[in-house]
Amino acid sequence: MRITQGAFSFLPDLTDEQIRAQVGYCLDKGWAVSLEHTDDIHPRNTYWEMFGQPMFDLKDAAGAMAELAACRATFPARYIRVNAFDASRGWEAVRLSFIVNRPKDEPGLRLRRTEAEGRVQRYSIEPYATTMPEGRRYQ
Amino acid sequence: MNDLTQLIGLAPVKARIAQVTALLAVDSARRDLGLAGTPPGLHMSFTGNPGTGKTTVALEMAGILHRLGYSRKGHLVSVTRDDLVGQYIGHTAPKTREVLKRAMGGVLFIDEAYYLYRPENERDYGQEAIEILLQVMENQREDLVVILAGYKDRMDRFFESNPGLSSRIAHHIDFPDYSGEELSRIADLMLDRMGYTFDEGARVAFGRYIERRATQPHFANARSVRNALDRARLRHASRVFPKLAGADRDLLVTLRAEDILASRVFDDDSAGGPDA
Repeated sequence: MRITQGAFSFLPDLTDEQIRAQVGYCLDKGWAVSLEHTDDIHPRNTYWEMFGQPMFDLKDAAGAMAELAACRATFPARYIRVNAFDASRGWEAVRLSFIVNRPKDEPGLRLRRTEAEGRVQRYSIEPYATTMPEGRRYQ
Repeated sequence: MNDLTQLIGLAPVKARIAQVTALLAVDSARRDLGLAGTPPGLHMSFTGNPGTGKTTVALEMAGILHRLGYSRKGHLVSVTRDDLVGQYIGHTAPKTREVLKRAMGGVLFIDEAYYLYRPENERDYGQEAIEILLQVMENQREDLVVILAGYKDRMDRFFESNPGLSSRIAHHIDFPDYSGEELSRIADLMLDRMGYTFDEGARVAFGRYIERRATQPHFANARSVRNALDRARLRHASRVFPKLAGADRDLLVTLRAEDILASRVFDDDSAGGPDA
């Protein structure tokens, strides 16, 4: 099941050229670009691990692309996303976030139904991959 | 090119930059016709004595390369050893990469580059920074232009001990010392920007000042001229200050011979020094 989180996730995967253009757009807007990766794709898992520091003072997308190449080399089978943080007053928030790398095989999420008091049903979801310990998922 | 032609002297530097400009223009015309060609390497080294305009030209370079469409953003990141080399093991590589990332799309200017390499300390981390620099200079040539700058003799020794670096730099540009006449014109230009003028006596006195100062130690070409002018302004200010109430424009903008001649450079018995 294809994970759809962040911008552009219903489109086909972005090519490097397209990623470069998007990052260039963010930098032109004055946003700071950063990279994050994870192997726990639960929608409530908001805070992914940072790869390197956020790239403040970046002028050109080439720097971020070099960092992305390094991140892909380190974590080829993880989800990697680009975040663009707008530090201007009043925003101070991530303005754009999109996935730029995903594992080849995505088993998706399992829906768990639990019987509670009376006939109440409780639902929860859980990525299939998280049944494996960290670091051994998506191999 | 307009900005560069305003610089005084530096004929060999201008000639080389004109060549580079021509090459880039021809290159882009060729690309328009679909003629294949890899982008030329444009890494440079600027060598020359203190105050010969290396930093100024580097700043202009960033703008020129941007206008020629070679560098995408045309900004200049100016760094020294401290910005590249870390303080403990494992600190250098991320620090250097950080700087390189910032400089991409523009020009990375490394001032006094020879400090990167310290042969007397074999555990110095400078070598690591040089290696990362080399890698990026080679593999991401279209992403950034590296300009190394420093004094001639020390840069030559630096390149001797780092032949890999020397061979990856296409343009070794040597900045000549200014002649006395050029320094006078530089002084006029600087005064103009500061909003002062020399009267006739001061102009002659300043010509003599440059002659004498050039023979003394720590002479730094245009930088010495600027310092001398700053000190002349100080003397001018203390001369004018008592009469400030009724001062007219002429008094406020004109430097006179006495403002120059009071300099210690004219004391025959004093040895002179950087702030003489």
